[in-house]
Amino acid sequence: MTTVLNPVGFPSKVKGKALAPRLESLDGKTIFLVDCRFDDSGLLLEQVQNWFNDHMPSVTTRIVQKNRVYAQDDPETWNQIKAEGDAAIVGVGH
Amino acid sequence: MTLDGTFGVPTVMLHTSAFDRIVQSVVRMNGMPRMRRAFVPMPVMGKTPAELRDYVDGNDPLTGVPFMREVIDGLTAALSAEDTAGEAFELSATPRLVEPDADDDLHRTFLKNRWTDTLPIVLPTEERVAKMLAATSHKPDEMIGRMRGTAHGVNWGYTVEKVAVNAVMAGARPEYFPVILALAASGRTARGTSTSSSAAMVVINGPVRHEIGMNTGIGALGPYNHANATIGRAYSLLSQNLSGGSIPGVSYMGSQGNAYSFTNMTYAENEEASPWQPFHVAQGFAATDSTVSMFGFCWHTAFAAGLPDGLWEAQVRRMLQGLDARSRVLFVLDPRSARDFAARGFHTREQLLDWAWEAAQIPAGEYWDYQLIQNYVLPRATFGEEPYASMLATAPEKPVHMFPRDSIDAVVVGGEPDAPDGYWRIISADHAKTVSVDEWR
Repeated sequence: MTTVLNPVGFPSKVKGKALAPRLESLDGKTIFLVDCRFDDSGLLLEQVQNWFNDHMPSVTTRIVQKNRVYAQDDPETWNQIKAEGDAAIVGVGH
Repeated sequence: MTLDGTFGVPTVMLHTSAFDRIVQSVVRMNGMPRMRRAFVPMPVMGKTPAELRDYVDGNDPLTGVPFMREVIDGLTAALSAEDTAGEAFELSATPRLVEPDADDDLHRTFLKNRWTDTLPIVLPTEERVAKMLAATSHKPDEMIGRMRGTAHGVNWGYTVEKVAVNAVMAGARPEYFPVILALAASGRTARGTSTSSSAAMVVINGPVRHEIGMNTGIGALGPYNHANATIGRAYSLLSQNLSGGSIPGVSYMGSQGNAYSFTNMTYAENEEASPWQPFHVAQGFAATDSTVSMFGFCWHTAFAAGLPDGLWEAQVRRMLQGLDARSRVLFVLDPRSARDFAARGFHTREQLLDWAWEAAQIPAGEYWDYQLIQNYVLPRATFGEEPYASMLATAPEKPVHMFPRDSIDAVVVGGEPDAPDGYWRIISADHAKTVSVDEWR
């Protein structure tokens, strides 16, 4: 029998985060469609916007582009959405 | 996740279906395993508006639920107790030892647990690890770094001993250990998760090259030198084992993979035969320092023989212009070809790099049409970052520089200075960091 050492590193502890409260309805609300600017994600969001226009015209949708490349945090855009919007759809995160 | 969990805005994330498992892993590791998400088929890129509308009108390919119903439910459906609690957890602490077993069974265990590169390893017995640890003044339990495989993943930590275990597995000798520790302590993984199948390159400079018998000459990039091969393999193994694993489809998404990942193109610069100052001296180190330099990307190689009279400028320019505009440019020159460049008037490395930067220009319209430029550079240009903003304002037919000047570099390795042909390559390697080896002795 041979004894050997384990080659795996030490994981960090993960803190739980609550989801934000959901909306009762999207009627009359403003949804930001956040283009991550990766692999034509904006073109997909345009079709999501078209879907809302066709099926839920009471919803206002605003397409915004991230101020950073897709993998970076973007607090300026998040603050704008928090101030001016009710919900967000972010894509395509790969 | 930040928008939802930190800024309090109900959010749904959209992804392509191929990324299901890596998305699951990332949201869990960020304490939000129930983060709302919806999937469309892969790919989005290259699809027509009508095809993308079909995605939106269709079903999520993973759940079979209409895509937009998932989106709307994700923004409006009441939250459960689990949603509002998030999920705090601690992965099981990594034990120091593996359950004792017969050697063949241990090899199977390491392979099954994906702790290897699938090639046979040296079992890290306590005796072998102790010999490795004796090659550094640092204590075995010293925490020396943190590493993660993905940009949004969780950092994993590791000690000197953990690095030694991976060095033994790679077959490295104790005298190589300071170089391997320097690589590990950098916190830079050799196993990026990018779908583009990037890989790493490692270049060693200074006295340590000869102290540990590295090959700087013929065959330096090939499987002909123990130090070159096993230092590079150790970097690969520690990058997967010390950062939470590298599993295809889960935590590694390289579409084709990259053969360079086995040993990360690890070699020592042929300083003695180079017409220029050593690479690490150009980075601010003294010639007597020992260093290791890490490069990323490493997607491709372009090859040439010699610098033909009357043709070489056009030849090199075409090579540069043929690269993907998101590439980086590392001239990897054998000593004869480096001297040929020097004889063309490039008396310093920087003169060659300046020339290459000027030579590598294409029409702006072509530049902005590259997909990876659209993904990574266009966002920076549209928000005013120079020089990209000016490049974006350039007329489509006017030339722009393909590569940032600081992304072009050169190293000298291999061959003999009096060889009849000067062979050289351009490798898409991006210099990320040069660190000291000496402090890890």
